[in-house]
Amino acid sequence: MATIVEPTIFELSSPGRRGVTMPASDVPETALPPKDLLRSDLPLPELAEVDVVRHYMKLSSFNYSVDSGFYPLGSCTMKYNPKINEDTCRLPGYLFTHPLQPIETVQGNLALMYEMQEWLKEISGFAGVTLQPAAGAHGEFTGVLMMAAYHKSRGDSKRTKMLIPDAAHGTNPASVGMLGMSVVTIPSDERGNVDLEKLKAACDDTVVGMMLTNPNTLGMFDENIEKVIEMVHACGGLMYGDGANLNPLLGIVRPGDLGFDVMHFNLHKTFSVPHGGGGPGSGPVGVGPVLVDFLPAPLVGIVEEGDDDMAPLYGFVTPEKSIGRMKAFHGHFGGGLVRSYTYIAMHGPDGLKDIAQYAVLNANYLQAKLRGTYKIPFDRICMHEFVAEGRFEGSDIRALDISKRLMDYGFHPPTNYFPLIVSEALMIEPTETENKDTLDAFADALIKIAEEAKSQPDLLHNAPSTTRFGRMDEVKAARELVLCCWLPEDYEQMT
Amino acid sequence: MTYIPISPAERDAMLKTVGVKSLDDLFDAVPAKHRFPKLDLPPALTEMEAAAHLADMASSNENVREHLISFLGAGAYNHYVPSVVDHMLRRGEFYTAYTPYQPEISQGTLQAIFEYQSLMTNLTGMDVSNASHYDGATATAEAVNLAYAQFRGKRRKIVISPTVHPQYREVIRTYSQGMGLEEAGDDPSADLEVGPEALTSLIDENTMLVIVQYPDFFGRIHDYTKLIEDAHAKGSLVCIVANPTALIMLKSPGDMGADIVVGEAQPFGIPLWYGGPYLGFFTTRKSYVHKMAGRLVGETVDNRGQRSYVLTLTAREQHIKRERATSNICTNQGLLALASAVYMSTLGKQGLQEVANLCYQKAHYAAGELSKIDGFGLCFMEPFFHEFVLCTPKPAGEVNQYLLDNGILGGYDLSKDYPALQNHILVAVTEMNSKDEIDTLVEVLKEM
Repeated sequence: MATIVEPTIFELSSPGRRGVTMPASDVPETALPPKDLLRSDLPLPELAEVDVVRHYMKLSSFNYSVDSGFYPLGSCTMKYNPKINEDTCRLPGYLFTHPLQPIETVQGNLALMYEMQEWLKEISGFAGVTLQPAAGAHGEFTGVLMMAAYHKSRGDSKRTKMLIPDAAHGTNPASVGMLGMSVVTIPSDERGNVDLEKLKAACDDTVVGMMLTNPNTLGMFDENIEKVIEMVHACGGLMYGDGANLNPLLGIVRPGDLGFDVMHFNLHKTFSVPHGGGGPGSGPVGVGPVLVDFLPAPLVGIVEEGDDDMAPLYGFVTPEKSIGRMKAFHGHFGGGLVRSYTYIAMHGPDGLKDIAQYAVLNANYLQAKLRGTYKIPFDRICMHEFVAEGRFEGSDIRALDISKRLMDYGFHPPTNYFPLIVSEALMIEPTETENKDTLDAFADALIKIAEEAKSQPDLLHNAPSTTRFGRMDEVKAARELVLCCWLPEDYEQMT
Repeated sequence: MTYIPISPAERDAMLKTVGVKSLDDLFDAVPAKHRFPKLDLPPALTEMEAAAHLADMASSNENVREHLISFLGAGAYNHYVPSVVDHMLRRGEFYTAYTPYQPEISQGTLQAIFEYQSLMTNLTGMDVSNASHYDGATATAEAVNLAYAQFRGKRRKIVISPTVHPQYREVIRTYSQGMGLEEAGDDPSADLEVGPEALTSLIDENTMLVIVQYPDFFGRIHDYTKLIEDAHAKGSLVCIVANPTALIMLKSPGDMGADIVVGEAQPFGIPLWYGGPYLGFFTTRKSYVHKMAGRLVGETVDNRGQRSYVLTLTAREQHIKRERATSNICTNQGLLALASAVYMSTLGKQGLQEVANLCYQKAHYAAGELSKIDGFGLCFMEPFFHEFVLCTPKPAGEVNQYLLDNGILGGYDLSKDYPALQNHILVAVTEMNSKDEIDTLVEVLKEM
């Protein structure tokens, strides 16, 4: 096959080529700093604007995206992101406001943040919300810090254990690890719920709390959720909800009402902030009454009440026992909060419930279509995602082979090998923004692949074969470790 | 039903396939007494109404392009972003893709990040860069995590210059509160006139990391070579928090011998956006790559012999190592890393040098003119890049209020973080400030 690789931006460079230029200086000239403070070389590329545009256009054509097709990546909630968000977040009033401006000059931003705090409280049933955390995992870390601070403030110093189900996202134990706590893994029972017996055995006065994703990463709503929370609370622990799977709960149930004490919101999943090749995300955190005083600073509050003629004055407030600051400035305002605010404003209470209901309908529909062809280890009504086993009796085909073959059919694969408790896991999350035809075509492809696995296994072993790139040598990447590129060695001599 | 593409007939057919009568029947596992709460939220807006509402709120702000002349920096800078940057960001193939877990169909994101890593290492003079952090402050906090892991907890002291950005110092404290660290140097009432040598005496055999800023929070350019030598002699690592625009002109931290160089890449193609999202960069020596948090893209080949890219060294990460991972970080700032790569590519070596030179020239012109005003003066003597401390005859808050009344967003009031600096304003000048704007600032202050 002819080579289609795109040279790097360094290889495309040519000495003396120019892109966008800057205006000439309009002030009298000042001498530069002493030479020993100046750099001797600046090994950066030189290109014309058209070179840059064609380079990145070529790269964009190597990407699969939600805008180009179905992206059923379990636990990542890759829904379609409305285009209006892209316009609202770029309004000059948002783009060109500095985070340290006096509050009187940014009341529009502060009002938006205040309302967003209130809306997230209402949607989740929590008493307080911080918008500061920059991503879901950052929100988790925020939550765990607050849980630790809460116990410490009560003089309860022997709590060092966090209970985490075996189906949990890897970020949960990693967040706990960052604080030096230990993890106690709680297994799931045969219906995909937390095993109550095992939980009971682990609950004692050394428990900080439990981090639970509900619905969990098997796609199951825990049927004993109230009992689980009661048991954790009974031993003095706090209940953390991993909000990665909030999408199917909107307008269905509020985690705060169930008794969760703290939870993060992945705005980029549930509230349509595009993931952008991995980020930026945004991870606000909601808390129940016991943790309100520990929220990171600053929060947006009303610093002067309004009246009939005057809007209230919004400003920043610091909770009494705040754990501190999680990042510089206030959070992912422009690229996160404005998009999510737009999205929530356009849905209202009924629209939010629609999102959850159709996300769950689509997942159950796909599950029903695949039942019989693929083994579904926890087979009951699922929430917004479900897990199938990507393996067949008497065949050496693995989940990864099925995923790669799906690319030949024009689909992005599901999540592979997660959760860890299902062998050869294929974790499928269609989201509410897919139509029936797409789901039918995807199910047909998976059924066809199951047949191919028996009749022509090499098709799967060698997949993908229709994409621009084939399977990568990941061992070579890790062993030889080439992590950056440079200008060619004889660059300065080139003309 | 705003973005749901399913007709009522299709819905009914699907419900039948699932084997339930209604959408509500899908939620029997949810405790009945809490099921279907009535949410007290405003009724849904149409797209037209939402666009108008958001525009209204945005326009009630005073922004630094249409309403205010700005001399405010302190960690977020008003720079020009070439048009091409946003055009590339708006490609759906980039912004609606996920973390590139499936490299065969994610080469666009992977190569873009690989190039971003390369641009950042060349700029900082380091060996390796990750695919980015949330922001400069969290990247700095992760440098502490790296050092902690490097010494396996056997060294527990960090020395932080009091002229590292105050919010970055706060974030380091928040992040490290479970580690039981000893801190030194971070004292806002310390003698701020002295240079980096003041930190040397604080570095001992228990020090794992020294953190300084370049240019420092007051805009001053210090050569940290000697400090780094002294720290290395005690076995400690050194992290430099650097401003990327300044690095275009100044000696690279790599040349000074730094072990870790982090910072905020917002000046490179990312709007002010009221503080975020921004782009934390993180670069280090090759020997520390296994301790570095975050995503890394490496070069390899595919089974057709084509050069290609994959996420690599993933065994460090949370989805594999769980509680023993280098950090819990799962995302990167992929789209903003792309913005900054497009920014650097479009301006190129020469354009970037022009930006840096304009910042330098205009800041020095402003400093010169401002210090001629009676009662005003430059507070520090060291060379500076594009930000400097102006001593004022009245409290900084009063001066800034007067400026604001005249349509000028003054500098950062340093008394908020340094009790001794009541009459001190941190002034930032970039290529966006014309001579007229600077002259206006001078005129207004003369009249005060």
